[in-house]
Amino acid sequence: MRKGFSVFLALAVVTGAAFLVESCGKGQQSAPPNSEVGLVFDVGGRGDKSFNDAAYLGLQMAKDSLGIKYMYIEPSGGSDRESALRQLASQKSVGIIFGVGFIFTDDITNVAKDFPDKKFACIDYSYDSTKALPSNLIAIEFRENEGSFLVGAIAGLMTKTNKVGFIGGMESPLIRKFQAGYEAGVKYVNPKCKVLVAYAGVTGEAFKNPAKGKELALSQYSQGADIIYHASGVTGLGVFEAAREMKKYAIGVDMDQWNEAPGFVLTSMVKKGNVAVYDIIREWKEGKFKGGTAEIFGLRDDGVDFVYDKNNKPLIPDAVYKKVEQLRSEIIAGQIKVPTQ
Amino acid sequence: MISQIFSLAFLAQTIRITVPYSLASLGGVYSERGGVVNIALEGIILNGAFCATVGTYYTGSPLFGVVCGIAGGLLTALIHAVVTIHVKADQIISGIAINLFAVGITKFVLEILFHSSSNSDRIPGLPHIHLGFIENQPDVARLLGNPLVLATILIVVASQFIIFKTRFGLRLRAVGENPEAADTVGISVVLYRYLGVLISGALAGLAGAWLAFDQHSFTDGMSAGRGYIALAAMIVGKWNPMGAAAACLLFGFAESLQIQLQGAGMPTQFIQMIPYVATIIVLAGFIGKAVAPGADGVPYEKEK
Repeated sequence: MRKGFSVFLALAVVTGAAFLVESCGKGQQSAPPNSEVGLVFDVGGRGDKSFNDAAYLGLQMAKDSLGIKYMYIEPSGGSDRESALRQLASQKSVGIIFGVGFIFTDDITNVAKDFPDKKFACIDYSYDSTKALPSNLIAIEFRENEGSFLVGAIAGLMTKTNKVGFIGGMESPLIRKFQAGYEAGVKYVNPKCKVLVAYAGVTGEAFKNPAKGKELALSQYSQGADIIYHASGVTGLGVFEAAREMKKYAIGVDMDQWNEAPGFVLTSMVKKGNVAVYDIIREWKEGKFKGGTAEIFGLRDDGVDFVYDKNNKPLIPDAVYKKVEQLRSEIIAGQIKVPTQ
Repeated sequence: MISQIFSLAFLAQTIRITVPYSLASLGGVYSERGGVVNIALEGIILNGAFCATVGTYYTGSPLFGVVCGIAGGLLTALIHAVVTIHVKADQIISGIAINLFAVGITKFVLEILFHSSSNSDRIPGLPHIHLGFIENQPDVARLLGNPLVLATILIVVASQFIIFKTRFGLRLRAVGENPEAADTVGISVVLYRYLGVLISGALAGLAGAWLAFDQHSFTDGMSAGRGYIALAAMIVGKWNPMGAAAACLLFGFAESLQIQLQGAGMPTQFIQMIPYVATIIVLAGFIGKAVAPGADGVPYEKEK
């Protein structure tokens, strides 16, 4: 009896963890083959107010202006990614499949090899130039360091204490890229400014621990930092909470995070997953899909940027904005080389 | 640098980090003293945080939110109690199932209520008690003015008394050490085990409420492993309320130290190890043998 119940429980858990498929392409039988777009979200799924939402926005832009149909899967656990990719790849009507997040790197490489007549694209693919990519797979990367450089310059120009902070989520090469660009930006405009650096942890949990983010930020503010940039996912919500409490500034990441603490968010470094998804779909639709390569979105391609709109305009002096725009053109022209590590 | 690290702000931070650990850890003590292993603490914290957020959001009353947090913890613990005490299923499996369930259900309802898979809308914080005599020390005033900090200290002291000095505590320990003996003298094993698990649910739910109010919102997966650290602290504290709280204080201290040292410009890879190294040293070197209650984790089958 007891054993039986345990087995039942285990089964219930497994079934519960099975992923949810939502299909937006109604009447798939009638759709012509290879005409639709499939997309698998990263953990967090739609509504994460961050990277997944940006990718979804890209899908919708493609639907509105290119008239494509799409379907997507939100995997719930760690191991469903590959099967979700396979499930979409085996649909006749789907021609191109996106994976959102560096975590898809290995899975999408394998699946792309098994489905040579489908196209694949992976956002934040961790590209290793020594290994050849399958010719039907495109790796999408961003120059987060360039966007971080610009928000770093804003922080460096606006700090009154000559101390600013950086809070990262999981300590990893990807997040160090944000840190390196930010530090370089701060020092470029204000060599005397000190940058306090802290990471929430060394595992994936470090992106989901707002209480830790708040404590890290409170400690940096109390050490004299007056602006903190975070690249830490949900952990960063704690950074905004600390900014409210201490009445200091924070800088958001990935999407415009003004709404998390209106008045205290100086700007946000945005990473335009929507632009990348839309561009790749457009190229694919026009028959210009460039597989087997890495497509890198930087300042030049409008793949990264910082927020400057009616909300935060009153916070940033015109002189600062002009200076930062000048830095932007110098980076695009190649006069400033932004480090990645 | 030393004075910068060991400041009042540091002390306040240590206590803030310790509060949710202590509450959940005490919960573990009640449950395991009664003989039920409760690794569901992690999920209970998460559900407690979620219910506290939703309760506050819809009524605007943080106090009602605290009640909701406790109720959410109680209900989640009730599942664990029914499954492990009534149906006598494996306690570890039930705990894991509840932890997974909590992650799923909170995210599911979060999407329905707030249309986001990541976080809820903002909620007001707990009302602040003004303590006139320390208002010139803002860090300390902010800390001690938080009703949950005071409540936690009271609960720790009271639990030590309840478990070792009251009839209820004696009976709870009896059903956890030797349920057959307790049964023969007429103590209802089922009743006391239920009470132990339910109290643990209420306390872990309160820990969740703390997290929600500290953050002014619910965020997906915000328990972030605190339930497991609380269990470790319970073992380090030898299933003893004061001991568990002291162990939580140690973990809180190590974590706070880690935060402060990162700001002081030490290599992060080294600093990240501090809480774990502290745990290993304490476990291996100082506390001696930690012995669990005799019937901890063993379902009780009444002889026919």
